[in-house]
Amino acid sequence: MQDNIVLRMQGIYKSFPGVQALRNVDFTLRKGEIHALMGENGAGKSTLIKVLTGVYIMDAGEIHIQSGSSGPAGSSGPAGSSGPAGSSGPGRDGLAEVLVPVVNHSPQEAQANGISTVYQEISLCPNLTVAENLFIGREPRKFGLIDWKTINKKADMLLKRLKIPSVSTQQLDDCSIAVQQMIAIARAVDMKCKALILDEPTSSLDDDEVTKLFQLMRQLKEQNVGIIFVTHFLEQVYEVCDRITVLRNGELAGEYEVKDLPRVQLVAKMMGKEFDDLAEIKTSAKSSPDFESETPFIEAAGLGCTGNIKPFDLRVYKGEVVGFTGLLGSGRSELARALYSADKPDSGTLKVRGTEVRFSSPLDAMKKGMAYLPEDRKRDGIIAELSVRENIIIALQAKRGVWKPISRKESENFADKYIALLQIKTAGRETPVKSLSGGNQQKVIIGRWLLTNPEYLILDEPTRGIDIGTKTEIQKLVLKLAHDGVGVAFISSEIEEMLRTCTRMAVLRDRQKVGELSGGDLKQEIIMRTIAGGEKQNV
Amino acid sequence: MSKQNPDKDLSARAGASGIQKVLRHRLFFPLLCLALVLLANVAKTPNFFAVSINNGVLYGYIVDVVNRASELVILAIGMTLATAASGGQDISVGAVMAVSAAVCCQILSGGEVSVTSFQNPLVLAVSASLAASALCGAFNGFLVARLRIQPMVATLILFTAGRGVAQLITAGQITYIRVSAYKTAGGYIPGVPIPVPIFFAIGTAVIVALLLRFTALRLFVEAAGVNSSAARLVGLGSARVVFVTYVICGFLAGLAGFVASSRIYSADANNIGLYLEMDAILAVALGGNILGGGRFSLAGSVIGAFTIQSLSTTLYAMNISADQLPVYKAAAVIAIITLQSDVFRGFIRNPRIKNITGSIVFSKKETQT
Repeated sequence: MQDNIVLRMQGIYKSFPGVQALRNVDFTLRKGEIHALMGENGAGKSTLIKVLTGVYIMDAGEIHIQSGSSGPAGSSGPAGSSGPAGSSGPGRDGLAEVLVPVVNHSPQEAQANGISTVYQEISLCPNLTVAENLFIGREPRKFGLIDWKTINKKADMLLKRLKIPSVSTQQLDDCSIAVQQMIAIARAVDMKCKALILDEPTSSLDDDEVTKLFQLMRQLKEQNVGIIFVTHFLEQVYEVCDRITVLRNGELAGEYEVKDLPRVQLVAKMMGKEFDDLAEIKTSAKSSPDFESETPFIEAAGLGCTGNIKPFDLRVYKGEVVGFTGLLGSGRSELARALYSADKPDSGTLKVRGTEVRFSSPLDAMKKGMAYLPEDRKRDGIIAELSVRENIIIALQAKRGVWKPISRKESENFADKYIALLQIKTAGRETPVKSLSGGNQQKVIIGRWLLTNPEYLILDEPTRGIDIGTKTEIQKLVLKLAHDGVGVAFISSEIEEMLRTCTRMAVLRDRQKVGELSGGDLKQEIIMRTIAGGEKQNV
Repeated sequence: MSKQNPDKDLSARAGASGIQKVLRHRLFFPLLCLALVLLANVAKTPNFFAVSINNGVLYGYIVDVVNRASELVILAIGMTLATAASGGQDISVGAVMAVSAAVCCQILSGGEVSVTSFQNPLVLAVSASLAASALCGAFNGFLVARLRIQPMVATLILFTAGRGVAQLITAGQITYIRVSAYKTAGGYIPGVPIPVPIFFAIGTAVIVALLLRFTALRLFVEAAGVNSSAARLVGLGSARVVFVTYVICGFLAGLAGFVASSRIYSADANNIGLYLEMDAILAVALGGNILGGGRFSLAGSVIGAFTIQSLSTTLYAMNISADQLPVYKAAAVIAIITLQSDVFRGFIRNPRIKNITGSIVFSKKETQT
């Protein structure tokens, strides 16, 4: 079976200052297989890819690549060969197929060694033609000049062979995103790659385009190209992949054949929960209070934002904690952002206290009593150079408007109050917020929103990267707020944390709200089953 | 992190020597630079600070510096706001000065090339010229805030086209307003020994300072400049803030243009405010403001404006011709900017530690040990 291996990574270690990003990771890619690389954000997927393609230099480990003259593309046409993965017997492709150790120092070197990558953002030139993009940097020449005739002919042949619906002379940005993606793949394939890495290729494609991309991937598979498919869409993995490698916290969680790993197991592996453990965890199932008689504080009907979140319905009552759960990238943050109008919804309606509203900006949402703690604290949360005091008062000040400033004295009182209440550890209220630790920065942002007296508080990953003590404090605070009649939306990657706080959970998968759980259904196992979805295929 | 730490830090700060406190003040380096330039002036011209009264008006080198710096002070204030909010500069202010002067003079002259009496009320002319400048600012603001074009690229449009627009308004002529009332803004009010442009500069500084003091404008501008994405999510409408600062910047450029035009009682579209946008940007930088936006100091920019004007005066006093002036100015600016760089400052404040970037490193250490 040695001969079927295109690429083998063994014992890979990579660390960044303060983080061990990869610890003893193995990865094997076989000829003609589509191999999914799965893991939550921060699991080490992209680090592994970057080590493989020479963007990062690994600390320890070995990479072996099959060396052999037989290029996967070009040699065999797609027409006849329709064998499943791995059917090409040992030695079929030639004599000298051995694995040789390589160290890639740059993406160019990796490419020369037969490893090509197609990134999520297409890295082609939109203002050049399809043919130019395919052959840029390696143009066929005639008398020292670029031989355009040959380029266009070769390009058309390549497009035809891979069944890509485009012509060589078309300008690239006239093609759809999916076709552009395919052209990027065609370029990689034509450069005789043995291993093709597709990094989140489907995230900006619609369903039809995804289908077309999958057709192309299957074709390449038949031509014995090994494909590494990085994605977080579970459905797609089960549709197109042969094998799955799961990473978790920089370590290898396991390598499985797709048919041996039911979805629930996959989710469990990604989250680091052994399935057997789950039954033992006792959850204090809180019964959702009876809200039927009340008007919901928030009522969304068919609210959606194209490209971010498919239309969803949601009701939230005052005094309840509703969790949004799902894997990272499942659309749980996008749902929150659509409610808050951080991304403006383009379909559906939103009612606040029974009256329909149309927010044109977050300020409108704030004026209706909403507050939003964003997922990315650094990028969307803290205003780094400003002081703790200014960071705390800024939302209230924005609500009041520029002409009604909060007086210095008043703002100092506010800052002191929330520094004390949330036990923010800072040298003083005038300290720049950037010099605080992550947990304390998060408390500053929570203080900022509490000061506006919100009726509906959205907390997107409020506990990420925060020490355990602060985590517990934040959870307690959430329960206290709910008790005081504030509606809370709670988003967290840690299911236990959500079970402790939420009375109801909306479950999301592939940017769609797929279900709602409450009462007795709030058990880890059921939640994970719902997150995984598609039970029927797992039997 | 232990709980006593903040207290410890506070006591450490209270115990810091007075010299350290002075060194850490954000205006220390801008003032140091101004002092050095003034010192050079005194060395060259011993009677630099001498002020006398001739014909009922103040007279002397220093008065001349302060007087000549007025337009630059006004521009620098507007530039400070635009820079802080957008993290970029408005390079069209010099051209907008020309537009403002052209509008003002053309209305006053009623279309004639040279007049000896106002053809239209002065109030109307000034209002129209300020409105036109604010409109220019609004155009820049729209490009920067709404269309998200890089400020320098967006304002390049009026930088190139502005003087052409001014020429169109004056029909390619230099319009002269030979009326003594018009010369007032650039000259003297009878009985008052202080030149009028200084009052315009002081008035602008005071009004903007009051605006910052009694509204939340400073917080809005700084928040938008530091992190526009976060500012939007707390309901700030960063785009609107940036837009407003460009309108203010354009308006103030118009005011400076009016003063400059009054000095020469004409609208010289080719020369009014020529290269002044660069001096204004430099004033902002010399004032210790970060050209990438965020925190700003109005006082710093005003000090920066005076530094530049003193520098020009020094160089003129050294008999350097106007053509060669930029070379010497550039050399002096390199010295000043080196003096203000984070690396150099860190070295001055704590010579033992190499490569320290300002006070950020200090505060991090203090809070995170």
